[in-house]
Amino acid sequence: MRDVAVVAFTQSPSVRCEANRNETEILIPVIHEIKQQTGLATEDIGFICSGSSDYLAGQSFAFVAGLDAIGAWPPVSESHVEMDGAWALYEAWVKLQIEDADVALVYGFGKPSMGDLPRTMALQLDPYSVMPLWPDAVSMAALQARSCLEAGVISEREMAQVAVRDRANALNNPFAQVKGEFDVDALLAEPMLVSPLRKHDCSPISDGACAMVIAAGDRARELCERPAWIRGFEHILEPQDLGVRDLTRSRSTEIAAEKAGAHSDKIDVAEVYAPFTHQSILLERALGLGDAAVVNPSGGALAANPLMAAGLTRVGEASRRVWEGQADRAVAHATSGPCLQQNLVVVLEGN
Amino acid sequence: MSEEKEPVEVLRTPVELDYTYSAGVSASRFLRAVEQGKLLGQRCPVDGRVYFPSRGSCPQHGVPIEGEPVELSDRGTIVTFSVNRVPSENIDLELPYAAIQVLLDGADTTLFHVLGECSIDDVRMGMRVEAVWRPRDEWTISMQNIRYFKPSGEPDAPFESYQEHI
Amino acid sequence: MSEVEDSLSAPHRLAYTYKRSLGPVLGQFFTGLRDGRILGVRRADGTVMVPPKEYDPDTGEAIDEMVELADTGEVVSWAWVHEPRPSQPLDQAFAYALIRLDGADTPLLHAVDAGDESSMQTGMRVRARWSDEPVGAITDIACFEPVA
Repeated sequence: MRDVAVVAFTQSPSVRCEANRNETEILIPVIHEIKQQTGLATEDIGFICSGSSDYLAGQSFAFVAGLDAIGAWPPVSESHVEMDGAWALYEAWVKLQIEDADVALVYGFGKPSMGDLPRTMALQLDPYSVMPLWPDAVSMAALQARSCLEAGVISEREMAQVAVRDRANALNNPFAQVKGEFDVDALLAEPMLVSPLRKHDCSPISDGACAMVIAAGDRARELCERPAWIRGFEHILEPQDLGVRDLTRSRSTEIAAEKAGAHSDKIDVAEVYAPFTHQSILLERALGLGDAAVVNPSGGALAANPLMAAGLTRVGEASRRVWEGQADRAVAHATSGPCLQQNLVVVLEGN
Repeated sequence: MSEEKEPVEVLRTPVELDYTYSAGVSASRFLRAVEQGKLLGQRCPVDGRVYFPSRGSCPQHGVPIEGEPVELSDRGTIVTFSVNRVPSENIDLELPYAAIQVLLDGADTTLFHVLGECSIDDVRMGMRVEAVWRPRDEWTISMQNIRYFKPSGEPDAPFESYQEHI
Repeated sequence: MSEVEDSLSAPHRLAYTYKRSLGPVLGQFFTGLRDGRILGVRRADGTVMVPPKEYDPDTGEAIDEMVELADTGEVVSWAWVHEPRPSQPLDQAFAYALIRLDGADTPLLHAVDAGDESSMQTGMRVRARWSDEPVGAITDIACFEPVA
């Protein structure tokens, strides 16, 4: 396998509603900053890949406007996934593996505040027998949470503890949206949002964007003092129908983690994309994290969930811990689809 | 007993999604100017090209455009055209009419519009045109404030002056 | 640089109707719903799945043996929706639920009209309430309701 590393990452502050900027204008400074940071010009970048969603934007081929932020004349080698930017990273990583490029730019962006996000998310469900019932994203997650609670694999207290941990961690993250010191008992006294989920169990709705540069071999060493080398990278998918899945564990994350080699040595830092607290518990188990692992030092998705960028942000935040020497080995996770349907695992190492 | 019904072969799923669009900083400035009868472009800080409408970044160099907007003339040159014989509810011209790409004086990108007060036998590349604005009391936050372009009567622009904008 | 004014904004409604061909397996399922019957499909291991799929989710093998199921079943999991959104099956508070129909091995997602959250319980028995104007859609089952 070719040595490929994450060498730079930038993001916009996550906010509930970017009232003044459109999607492209949110992206422009993020792309500009990563070019400044790395000193790369568009012609130095061999491949560009982005993740976004037309349904969030409410128009077809909405991602094309994002290219205004890149500079696409003379024409550039470019691709797009209708998924979180973490899957755009996967495509870029493959592109570097097959030696089609040495440096790639990856970005993700979304402005869910334009619509009713939980409702829009119904469009990712089976279009024949599920979507016409318009189950919103919170209700779908609540079905999973109750399955886990009643199977006895998690408790409401553990769920609240995840929210307390992530919101406290987010105090150190200038880009996070929901942060602060909270008390587990106080959170558990809050009313239900969609029972059995309370507000603290759900990630916020966030507008935002992020960008990442990956590079191969010596190019990576030129661009970064301590690159975060990608030592394993897998994504695994479960069926769409909740009825045929085991909702009390994340089998696809277990398999992805195994194949990515996450279990082969200890993990110092894990960044987990869990839009709901109970999912964080399932994911941390599936990743096989030891007690020494620091989970979601950035605050994770419960502190900021810029849809289509939040998964890529997990990889960026994990990489930062490697660059800064806080981690020798980190794992980043991203998810897509209802109730952790699809899961992606990246293993990053400093050496 | 009722007679045997046809099997169901097709499922129809209506979808309705409501959004609140923000035009964004750059397009809002552009649209507010159009409401006052002004056409604003933006100059790329790298090579000085003027983009119309203004859009916040240079799509060629990928750099933010933060300088003062550039006010453009409402005259320009037809760089290409097509003849339209299909009615459209948004265009109140008699058929056939010409759909045109206009390079406004001072701009480096072209604008799509329609040509009025001109026979389709006379329309040509290089033809000089000027905007025909709707009456001021009908102006809104829209490029439709320009009803159409019409021939200005100036001599044609030489091909070299617009060839890189076709 | 000129001062930044508030962005202009405008409402936008995206509305369209998807028209999907059903094929033989889903065609039978939706024809059944229109006629007041619920059909599942038998998988290679003998278990019955509803809504049916054309392929076994474990093996990918084509499956097409339809099995008629009861319109009663048991709630496996549920989520209580205090404030329904537009287009959701009920206007008043209700539960989305995973319901294992009698005769099926996997649960179906639908709505339960229980009136009050305190009436909901995992394991409770429910029965389909059928629409008065069936068209061949999952909404031909208006919702499920508790069986006393």
